[in-house]
Amino acid sequence: MFGLTAHKRTEPPGWGSVCIFPAALALALFLGLGLLALTGRPPLAVLGALLSGAFGSVRAVEETLLKTAPIFLCSLGVAATFRIKVWNIGAEGQYALGAVGGTAVALAFPGLPASVLLPLMFLGAALAGALWAAIPALLRQRLAVNEIITTLMLNYLGILFLDWLVYGPWKDPASHGFPMTALFAPGAVLPRIPGTRLHWGLPLCAALGLGLWFFLSRTRLGFELKASGEGRRTATYARMPYDALVLLVMGLCGALAGWAGLIETSAGLGRLQPTVMAGYGFTAIVVAWLARLRPLAIAMAAFLLAALRVGVENLMLDFSVPAAFGRILEGLILLCVLAGQFFTTFTLRRSKPLAPNPAPEPAPKPTGEAA
Amino acid sequence: MNPDLIIPLLAAAVQSGTPVLFATLGEMFTEKSGVLNLGVEGMMLCGALAAFVASLYTGSPVLGLLAGGLAGALVGSLHGLVCLTFLGNQVVSGLALTILGTGLADALGTPLVGRIAPGFGPLALPLLADLPLLGPVLFRQDPLVYLSYLLVPAFWFFFARTRPGLRLIAAGEYPAAAAAAGLDPVALRWAGILGGGFLVGLGGAYLSLAYTHLWTSNLTAGRGWIAVALVIFAAWRPGRAVAGAWLFGGIMAFQLRLQAAGTTLPSSLLLMLPYATTVLVLVAAAMRRGAARGSDAPEALSVNIEPED
Repeated sequence: MFGLTAHKRTEPPGWGSVCIFPAALALALFLGLGLLALTGRPPLAVLGALLSGAFGSVRAVEETLLKTAPIFLCSLGVAATFRIKVWNIGAEGQYALGAVGGTAVALAFPGLPASVLLPLMFLGAALAGALWAAIPALLRQRLAVNEIITTLMLNYLGILFLDWLVYGPWKDPASHGFPMTALFAPGAVLPRIPGTRLHWGLPLCAALGLGLWFFLSRTRLGFELKASGEGRRTATYARMPYDALVLLVMGLCGALAGWAGLIETSAGLGRLQPTVMAGYGFTAIVVAWLARLRPLAIAMAAFLLAALRVGVENLMLDFSVPAAFGRILEGLILLCVLAGQFFTTFTLRRSKPLAPNPAPEPAPKPTGEAA
Repeated sequence: MNPDLIIPLLAAAVQSGTPVLFATLGEMFTEKSGVLNLGVEGMMLCGALAAFVASLYTGSPVLGLLAGGLAGALVGSLHGLVCLTFLGNQVVSGLALTILGTGLADALGTPLVGRIAPGFGPLALPLLADLPLLGPVLFRQDPLVYLSYLLVPAFWFFFARTRPGLRLIAAGEYPAAAAAAGLDPVALRWAGILGGGFLVGLGGAYLSLAYTHLWTSNLTAGRGWIAVALVIFAAWRPGRAVAGAWLFGGIMAFQLRLQAAGTTLPSSLLLMLPYATTVLVLVAAAMRRGAARGSDAPEALSVNIEPED
């Protein structure tokens, strides 16, 4: 196309691969701001408001960090499943079930002290999220049911289940008809770090991220897990029971996403209500892919997309940009990064001018990258 | 059973199934060429919005329908750009398309919420409409439903009997052989994406022009994803897609009727029905398929075509 042809790189792209991500991000921002410019909003002022909204004050950075936590947790889980070629897009539903599981514990034992109640809530959230994630894993193993569809349908079902609870059995009689539970007892609220708006979920995320990185890069089981990443065949060579691995990793993702849901419910809202569902489970997919599934890169990408969300919230106030603009940017970023990764394996060269007798086109061949 | 209750329910099943049917056929068309496009939900919603806007401003539902199809193809072309030109992962690109497409339709459609556009109304077909049972169920529908009746056999004929259809299948089953035979599998896959995107866009247009006539946010409510599931359920055969789509239409119509009748069942549980059925239907299809797992899918589905040096 355009007089250019693709050639497979004979050596790794070197510094070029570092540039792909910022370049893709810049292109996505350019397209997104261009869209806003078409609707009469000055792009440079919008960009300024986006950045200052996300990073411009201590409060803004705190807000960004607070949103980083759930995105990071969901994304760690999603990346683990993508690594073993399980296309789990169910983090959103697992997050909902985690919020429900944690809330169930909080409502059942309001009198317990925080030191007992909070661990129990984390256990409840992890169990609920993991069980929810186990359904598509088992259906995939036993019946080869496509997990993309089942995880997605379980998102809808999980969110509607949460809705049913807060509109029905769990509704606070004193809420004047609003769909929400009663405020949690003090022992069920994740405490804040003194002097900040941040809660203890953030250090927990950091510890989990470091732990997972250590597990993947420094332990034998972690290495085997990575070796099994290519799918069933490699897993068999590594003598890993692939089915058990899929179940384990899906359960892990469910537990992590469940914790994200619990943290947002307990520390963010102090009660369960439908607004806890903010689409973090979908943002997590964008983050996992941007970070090319590596834990430390996920932390950075999660921070970046959290900043984008906070920045867009600022735009909603200053320029009455619709909330959906955040999703437009996320979609554009993901598309640009996907397209940009082409340049890690290929280069474009100018096609040779047509000779009188052009050489026959080489036959294309399918690549091994399949779902 | 009381026919006065059953016949309107069946007619409503056909009507609510039609947008899903268009979207299912669209995704099937694309997948036949070897491209998995999970962006159906986003393309469908953009199609619904474009159709609504075009009909609102031109006053012509037919132009609206056309705009819906074109919008579906246009959004789908991003998938072509990422996956066919830049060899990106098809699963992730489709997800990105859904995130982008639903975001776009949501953002651009916000000022239109509650507006009403000219659309398609019921049109009884002479003679056929008077048939017992079949008449009121099938032949007192709107013109787009009749279009879907024509589309299904045409779809079957295209892939079973025509040269372009067989070429598209070649690109989906064994692109290397197609290339060796002098075909251009990448161009064929572009045709698969654009043609399928057009049909998906028509499905969206049906929602805003025939199903509601009115713009609300998130008009599709997961119908695009149900269409992706129905392609698997239908084993890439258009006839079975009709059965699946009408089944879903029936469930949605049933659910709406229960709510309208003032049932005491909570609406969140009723709203679960279509999604729960999707899972059950896939499980049923898998159990029927038994040992021959996955053999129905095009051989090279979601496998990119790499240039060779």
